Amino acid sequence: MGSPRYFYHVAGKMIPWFAISFLLTLIAGVYYGLFVAPPDYQQGESYRIMYIHVPAAWMSMFIYIVMAVAGVISLVWRIKITEITIISSASVGASFTFLALVTGSLWGKPMWGAWWVWDARLTSELLLLFLYLGIISLYSAIEDKRVAARAISILALVGVVNIPIIHYSVEWWNTLHQTSSVTITGKQAMPTSMLIPLLLMGISFKLYYGAVVLMRARAEVLERDRNTRWVRELVEGEIK
Amino acid sequence: MSTLSLTSAFTLLLKRDLVLAYRRRAELVNPVLFFVLVTAMFPLGIGNDAKLIQAVGPGVIWVAARLAALLSLDTMFRSDFDDGTLEQFMLSAHPISVLVLAKILAHWMITGLPLFIAAPLLAMMLNVPSDAIPTLMLTLVLGTPTLSLIGSVGVALTVGLRRGGVILSLLVLPLYVPVLIFATDAVKTSIVGIPTSAQISILAAMLIGSLVLAPLATAASLRISLS
Repeated sequence: MGSPRYFYHVAGKMIPWFAISFLLTLIAGVYYGLFVAPPDYQQGESYRIMYIHVPAAWMSMFIYIVMAVAGVISLVWRIKITEITIISSASVGASFTFLALVTGSLWGKPMWGAWWVWDARLTSELLLLFLYLGIISLYSAIEDKRVAARAISILALVGVVNIPIIHYSVEWWNTLHQTSSVTITGKQAMPTSMLIPLLLMGISFKLYYGAVVLMRARAEVLERDRNTRWVRELVEGEIK
Repeated sequence: MSTLSLTSAFTLLLKRDLVLAYRRRAELVNPVLFFVLVTAMFPLGIGNDAKLIQAVGPGVIWVAARLAALLSLDTMFRSDFDDGTLEQFMLSAHPISVLVLAKILAHWMITGLPLFIAAPLLAMMLNVPSDAIPTLMLTLVLGTPTLSLIGSVGVALTVGLRRGGVILSLLVLPLYVPVLIFATDAVKTSIVGIPTSAQISILAAMLIGSLVLAPLATAASLRISLS
């Protein structure tokens, strides 16, 4: 698995599966969420933005944790593929964080009457965006990409303290943002007909991340190994 | 090879950094001057409303302290990186994290302590009630070393870069936020007269946590920057 060449081919085979299952769950989730799920008794139809907002927020944290775990692996075992995973995930994570912030802002305007409040959840999510941007800019500032990958591994690990802060912010500080409605154990706070599309969208976003991160990682592998024989043979094969 | 105990290596390094700073006394004043200037800008900017100034006072002092800490961070490893001293550290028989801790401590004594001394004066100027000043000092004495410790990781990661300054602030400022939140919250709570032991405990916990973990991360980052 550590060999970039092997990874390149396996990833190429995996991408279509991720992409197709992403599209299927996306269509099912969007249809179920927009047409089948009942309107909320308090928020009416506007709660449906949740089907983008909540999965995006989940992904913003999930991707960061993936990066931190990949960071530990790259620092300890110096595996090239995990190093590539970190930087390939960073911009996807930043996009999901931005999406969560924007959709939250659009949702906040009709519900709270403000685009933005300095609530603990919003502030910590904004910090997460800055952490992602910091990782991206540090990576691009260091010339030697292997050194850069190790540097951002450390940074990802240091920043991981923010994840529990985001996750528990709604419980620790009782501010405007509502507490979590989805639990793994215990009674759900929303009816099953609302929950199913949310979970579908959650799975769909994860599959999207899988497909995109593999594409980005493949491109990164090619760029790093551009002077090796297998890449040259690959490119020459494509030209013929 | 002469055997130098870890404790004497630590104190020697600390002494060396303090002497070096003392030789360039003019630079010592810069962070404090910056701190005072930034703080003085706020009342000029928001107007001469005593109540408003009092309300924003603790926050202004902490934001200015944070910026001053950030401004002086870059000097922590810069000259040692330029003249190759850091590479000698890497070759030393002692754990780098302990040597790094000596440098962070020296850096805090040079840049953090002066802020701490100047703070009560600025607090008076910003109408912070005198009852709340001990709490402000307590948050500063717990918070500014945490800033130096967290910042050292960022400096170590960016020391090899030609234009590391902007990236450094992007890396470090988000990590400074928890300290800022709890410190200003403590001061504001103490102005109202409510006990602040919860916030103080969290600040102390953050100091202890970063004291244990930051030197390790800084040492690892320096190894990467020098590779």
